[in-house]
Amino acid sequence: MTISTVVPAVPATAAPPATARNRRGNRRNSTLATVLLLLGALYCLFPVLWVLIASTKSSGELFSTFTLAPSTHLFDNIGDLFAYRDGLYWRWMANTVLYAGVGSAVSTLISAMAGFALAKYDFPGKKFVFNVILAGVLVPGVILAIPQYLLLAKVGLTNTYWSVLLPSMISPYGIYLSRIFAAATIPTEVLEAARIDGAGDWRTFGRVVLPMMKSGLVTVFLFQFVAIWNNFMLPYIMLGDDHLFPITVGLSGLLNQGASQPAMYITVVTGALISIIPLVALFLSLQRYWRVDLGAGAVKA
Amino acid sequence: MSALPTSSRTPRTATRRGGRAAAPYSFLAPALILFVAFLAAPIVYAGYLSLRRVKVSGLGLGAGARTEIWAGLSNYSRSLADPDFMPSVYRIGAYGLIVVPTMLGLALLMALLLDAGRTRVGTFSRTAIFLPYAVPAVISSLLWGFLYLPRVSPFTDLVQGLGFTPPDVLSGSWVLWAVANIAVWGGTGFNMIVIYTALRAIPTDLFEAARLDGASDRQIAWRIKIPIVLPSLIMTFVFSLIATLQVFAEPMTLKPLSNTISSTWTPLMKVYRDAFVRNDIYSAAATSVIIAVATFAVSFGFLKLVGNRAFNQED
Repeated sequence: MTISTVVPAVPATAAPPATARNRRGNRRNSTLATVLLLLGALYCLFPVLWVLIASTKSSGELFSTFTLAPSTHLFDNIGDLFAYRDGLYWRWMANTVLYAGVGSAVSTLISAMAGFALAKYDFPGKKFVFNVILAGVLVPGVILAIPQYLLLAKVGLTNTYWSVLLPSMISPYGIYLSRIFAAATIPTEVLEAARIDGAGDWRTFGRVVLPMMKSGLVTVFLFQFVAIWNNFMLPYIMLGDDHLFPITVGLSGLLNQGASQPAMYITVVTGALISIIPLVALFLSLQRYWRVDLGAGAVKA
Repeated sequence: MSALPTSSRTPRTATRRGGRAAAPYSFLAPALILFVAFLAAPIVYAGYLSLRRVKVSGLGLGAGARTEIWAGLSNYSRSLADPDFMPSVYRIGAYGLIVVPTMLGLALLMALLLDAGRTRVGTFSRTAIFLPYAVPAVISSLLWGFLYLPRVSPFTDLVQGLGFTPPDVLSGSWVLWAVANIAVWGGTGFNMIVIYTALRAIPTDLFEAARLDGASDRQIAWRIKIPIVLPSLIMTFVFSLIATLQVFAEPMTLKPLSNTISSTWTPLMKVYRDAFVRNDIYSAAATSVIIAVATFAVSFGFLKLVGNRAFNQED
């Protein structure tokens, strides 16, 4: 179990301050390493760079001018996108924020509670519950989506916000991570002390456990947030009303329309650009929470 | 918080044991209820549906004309005999053989290069390579889909300039590579971060000694770093495998741009078509069960094969 609170996960004795920037020592730079890493970065940035440029083109220019030649139509395109069916695009963005935000917040709380119980209590059935949840991590979503749809149809919940929100609230992987994080960050003595002070289990959980697990829970939250934001199959199956669509299903539908109305393509491209801005911003600002060592089963934050 | 020694437990605590015994169950309750409702119940229901079929009596009109009856394993044999099924399985197998080694190989290479710390572009490259993880598969398929169109692709001019005819990557056998590229683009960064995090946790003195003995960066990577991060590699492998067998969003998004991608291009697309286009939920359920059992067997079998080094480490 390796949990480190310092940002570079290095034992304090390892490096003198002079090598703080480079824990492997100040050795010569390698041209090959630099070139390979820059090629990797270029490959990953290229489609993003393209969509930035393409969304400045007019509908005709998209297919006629050089791929990376910018133009001047960005604001026209954004205007067209927002005008599309009275701002349906905004609705899709708001829906996505709702699904990902509410779904992952609730999921994180539920995972924290379950993870804490599995890590810090002894009770009959604990081993069984943990093994079942572990098996849940390996269950492919494919077997779930269609029976989930059919079951929700029986209770009349398909084609509602709930049909996407409820299945998103359970994350076996989130529970698995939370259990590891609770086991590593919550000393049993602290729980004993709170108990002796007369705090009940729920009070202890809210006042002591949650704050101590905070940075690990941010990671659990981000995991689930990205998973819901990126999910396509679940909302695609559950929803029929395009006012409930998240951005992935909405844009995929717009692309389909492009086959008969090629003018739609530039709107799709502009929509793709705007849709990735919030998540990219979230990523860049919370990068330090992405320290997940799946192998050691540890969350390092 | 007063830190009383644990031995000072008073009889009063004992009287509260009834409440204490229930506490873990109340913490687990919401997770278990949702687990049963949205994981366990659908699995059981899929298994049940896969053994049922509709019997049509008379002309199939009116109430009671269509009744559900037990079908034995006929849905499974029908599913396996479907001429679209095995090709989609082979396709996904070939796709997995391209995606998983390429993606994890690149992720490991980039993580080792970052960890070796012999470059000034580390932070920039790490952020750039991780960025595609923030792009949903639908959006990345859309971006690459446009870049694959000969009229948009920057490579068309380049290849033509060299005197070749550029291939249409959205047709023929190229499509498999086109979809694989999207998965590699989207997945390398996340796996790189996972491996990099594991590499950063290796205490420096483990390989400083080797370096003093004259070991090269490459030898240190192969002999020391890779064996230590093996559990991370196993986990990234298993998760990549599960994701690969479920590929759906990428080919569904590329479909309007390509004539080669059929509605049964992957097994999951076939499940979707059977359930929602043909309204044959029984066959769709049988196919889902086959895919799920195969995925579970492959991932679980692999974990057993490597001695379950990844999960359950602390027990």
